[in-house]
Amino acid sequence: MDSVGLNHYLFVGAVLFVCGIVCMATKRNAIGVLMGVELVLNGANINFVALSRYTPLGLDGQVSSMFVIVLAAAEAAVALAIALNFYNNHLSIDVDRADDLRG
Amino acid sequence: MSVLVFAIFALAACGGALAVVLSQNVVRMAFWLIISLSSVAGLFFLLNADFVGATQLLIYVGGTVVLLIFGVMLTAQGPYVNLKTNPAEVVISLAIGGVVFAMLVAAFSGVNWSANSERLTAEFGTATLQTPGYNQQGEGSTVRRIGGALSGLRTESLRDGRAIERPGYLLPFEIVSVHLLVVLVGASYLARAKRRSGGSEPGAGPTV
Amino acid sequence: MMLPMAATPTIVESLAGWLASWISSSPDAVRFVAAALHIGLLAAFFGLPAFAFIWAERKVSARIQDRLGPTHTGGRFGWLQSLADGIKLIQKEDLAPAAADRMLFRVSPYLVVIASFASFLFMPFSNGWVAVALDCGLFIGMAVLSLEVLGVVLAGYSSGSKWSLFGGMRETAQMVSYEVPLGLTAVIPVLICGTMNLNEICQMQSGWFTNWLVFHSPFTFVAFFVFFVVTLASNKRAPFDLAEAESELVGGFHTEYSGMRWSFFFLAEYASMFFVSGLGVLLFLGGWWTGIAPIDSALSEVLGGYPGRVLGLLVFLTKSSLLVVVQIWVRWTLPRLRIDQVMETCLKYLVPISCFLFIGSVMYPLVLLSALGRPTLLPVNSIGTRVPVLPPAAVPVTTPHDHPHDHSHPHDHNHGHGPGEHSHGPGGHSSLDRDPAEKPAAREVTLRGGR
Repeated sequence: MDSVGLNHYLFVGAVLFVCGIVCMATKRNAIGVLMGVELVLNGANINFVALSRYTPLGLDGQVSSMFVIVLAAAEAAVALAIALNFYNNHLSIDVDRADDLRG
Repeated sequence: MSVLVFAIFALAACGGALAVVLSQNVVRMAFWLIISLSSVAGLFFLLNADFVGATQLLIYVGGTVVLLIFGVMLTAQGPYVNLKTNPAEVVISLAIGGVVFAMLVAAFSGVNWSANSERLTAEFGTATLQTPGYNQQGEGSTVRRIGGALSGLRTESLRDGRAIERPGYLLPFEIVSVHLLVVLVGASYLARAKRRSGGSEPGAGPTV
Repeated sequence: MMLPMAATPTIVESLAGWLASWISSSPDAVRFVAAALHIGLLAAFFGLPAFAFIWAERKVSARIQDRLGPTHTGGRFGWLQSLADGIKLIQKEDLAPAAADRMLFRVSPYLVVIASFASFLFMPFSNGWVAVALDCGLFIGMAVLSLEVLGVVLAGYSSGSKWSLFGGMRETAQMVSYEVPLGLTAVIPVLICGTMNLNEICQMQSGWFTNWLVFHSPFTFVAFFVFFVVTLASNKRAPFDLAEAESELVGGFHTEYSGMRWSFFFLAEYASMFFVSGLGVLLFLGGWWTGIAPIDSALSEVLGGYPGRVLGLLVFLTKSSLLVVVQIWVRWTLPRLRIDQVMETCLKYLVPISCFLFIGSVMYPLVLLSALGRPTLLPVNSIGTRVPVLPPAAVPVTTPHDHPHDHSHPHDHNHGHGPGEHSHGPGGHSSLDRDPAEKPAAREVTLRGGR
């Protein structure tokens, strides 16, 4: 490996993506699930920026990743507000206990 | 040298992500998330995306993770919350994760990127992003172009060195701004706690 | 594919070139040595002011309280007191409470120091003397500085003590809220200058001190003071030091710390005091310019501008230190607010005020333009005149100008820079005398009204 190429970055992105998925699946704490979502989005962001660097797509990838970052922040704020609301009602943020609507 | 720096950042990013998955304590998870996301910002700097890297640091690491830690503290019941995960769930999700990972790696390593680039170049005539990085005169390179793109004018360098203008991202930019406003209102509405009567307050309530 | 390195700034390059003339070795090794030297230099700028300010804090507080302060250590004035403190702190035992989360407890002081130190990478100390010169220097500097809160909140959480937890919570709430007015006031100079490059913002304030952005309009004048108040809060300095309020929280987030780890928090605090003061000086107070045009232009023409830069460094350090002394003065004069008052000050007063200032400084030149026919009150004002550093390979798009200077000033040089033309050095007024006919404006695109 004498120089870093696109595939190396894509590999890192894939690792982050998979870690995020596993994190979302295994953690029962709502905030743990949120962290998994952040990891997934970051994996996607690495791909965006790396593709914008190594392919003729220009700045599109960077701008897309900026939108992803901004929307992720918005998503985290809303999700946290929901988690707080859930905690106020249930005194827990265990996602498995959010089953009030279960038939 | 660049390989070394890439290796450091990549290892920190992957290691941090793995540690997020493996650690049982929510605040430790947040700490490893900080490590992982900051290293991703480092990778962005390596990719000449200085503005995106700075945004990552400011919004993700400085904003979102702080918000998450805040959320952990507002909702924690004991001093150190440990997450118990069912071993069967761990095995299943690790298997699924392994399969997804193998799929992803197989997918991107099967693509001939240089051929794709050639094809794109032939079709659109654009060259690879000719950013010289943090060039000799010491100036970052992407801020102006990202700013231009966000306000509706995107510049692309052609293969023969000429620059052309293409329509930018004004509409998505406006949509995102309105979206952020909506989120601001919505989140503050949702978080206005209708206090459960008799519910025990956590150690630190909103009036810290 | 050779990737450019994130940490190869101009000074490192030039240092590497200088070293390469002495040592014949591989370029990577030379660059590595140069980078290491440069980091050492920055560490000196990080550590020495912190030591000086800790001493100053003791002396100033003593004088304000009608005491003498340190008098003996190191001869007169006790000027070695900080060193003595440091030696004492190194000798102390490094304790971790039994209830603590050991790993986080040990790591969090380093997080604070790293964030504070990394912000110095983006600060120009004199014209061009910046470790990593970026177009988004202001943005990234503030981004890195805001990471300090993570270390504080993790320290508060992992100590396993309720005082620490309260301190950490307060700090988080405070920092997150004060980011908003900080950003809004820091964006006003960006708006006026049309760049986030700290070096360029400062270069535009050359000439007489009326060119300093603080005197640019009534709005920027108020904005400077709002900025100063907000930096007090974001550095958790009194009267906003609720995170470590001794009278209620023992020591706040650092209650359980001792020895070196404790001193790291303070090193970081004083260093970031210096950083935000420097930021205020660069954004509003003319940075490294003395404010007296003849001195600046005279010195900039001797020996290729080198003495001018050294003088600029001294001027910059003096101005920043004065601001730090004002911070210390405020700390020992004003009583501490309550936490709800702190949040109220931010959310009910500072945020609306800074929004108003933001809009006001957008409208002000437009109103003047329609009333006086020029966007500034004084006839000659070079702010908004870019002293650009466009790289040769940059794509020819200039920054979006929201500022109508560009279109009314007869000697408008906003477009008057071609690729490859660099800073005119100190004395940016010389650019006013150039012929506007030399604009290579054909390839340049000016974006207006993009918002």
